[in-house]
Amino acid sequence: MVADIVFYLFATITVIAALGVVSVKNQVHSVLFLVLTFFTTSALFVLLGAEFLAAILIMVYMGAVAILFLFVVMMLDVEFSALKERAMQYLPMGIAVGVIILIELIVIITQVHIDHDAAGAVASDVPNTLELGRLLYTKYLLPFEIASVILLVALVGAIVLTYRERKRPKRQNIQKQMARTPEQSVELKKVASGEGAS
Amino acid sequence: MSLNNYLILSALLFTIGVFGIFMNRRNVIIIMMSIELILLSVNINFVAFSSYLGNIDGQIITFFVLTVAAAEAAIGLAILVTFFRNRATIDVEEIDTLKG
Repeated sequence: MVADIVFYLFATITVIAALGVVSVKNQVHSVLFLVLTFFTTSALFVLLGAEFLAAILIMVYMGAVAILFLFVVMMLDVEFSALKERAMQYLPMGIAVGVIILIELIVIITQVHIDHDAAGAVASDVPNTLELGRLLYTKYLLPFEIASVILLVALVGAIVLTYRERKRPKRQNIQKQMARTPEQSVELKKVASGEGAS
Repeated sequence: MSLNNYLILSALLFTIGVFGIFMNRRNVIIIMMSIELILLSVNINFVAFSSYLGNIDGQIITFFVLTVAAAEAAIGLAILVTFFRNRATIDVEEIDTLKG
């Protein structure tokens, strides 16, 4: 009974926050609504008995991805209201497509009948994290390694894409200074008297 | 609480994500956030099925979805920053240099 109330509470907040993400004018508020969506979803994950994923959702999504979005929104000096001005033009199309997708999904979902009515039925006697770890390092070891390579590629790619070499700060190159010879640096000219150096 | 409640919640989130892409067709950042919403709805589906069927593999797939989503967000935002530096706009309709 309590679980029902908690589910409906968090589900309502999730849907409202998701609507906020796509509809508010201020971009920063949009990101904050995204954070709220992730937070309530992680609460739902706890309700489903997936504590490890709930923690990962908070750490990775709220701690990294949402803050990354926030940084980019604040860094880019864009006139966001100008991007919004023709939003109403797309509204009928968006609602039409959304309603069609929702109806289709609900038609499919109502066909699903699974009788085990026990959330958190996965956890037998071992904790969720232990069970995930056991599976991740045995059966899913290769996908796990590939995931780490994907993250490495993303890291390197993001740096390569955004890196700019700045020419301005002139650094001292000691080797170059030591290798200078008088012949390279000083040029002697014989100036005829009365004509001046040209 | 039955599985269908979670599935309907995830369907709603998916729809909101698609709707957001349609509504904010000119703003790349909102489009990327809508994609994150769609991925989140998929994750809810995986975890709900995993929990109700008593099979933990679904949670591991969610783990990989999270990894790929994080990588995608990082690369996408990096491309966005580079694009903004070159063109001083993030309007989707301006991103047509490859059109030929």
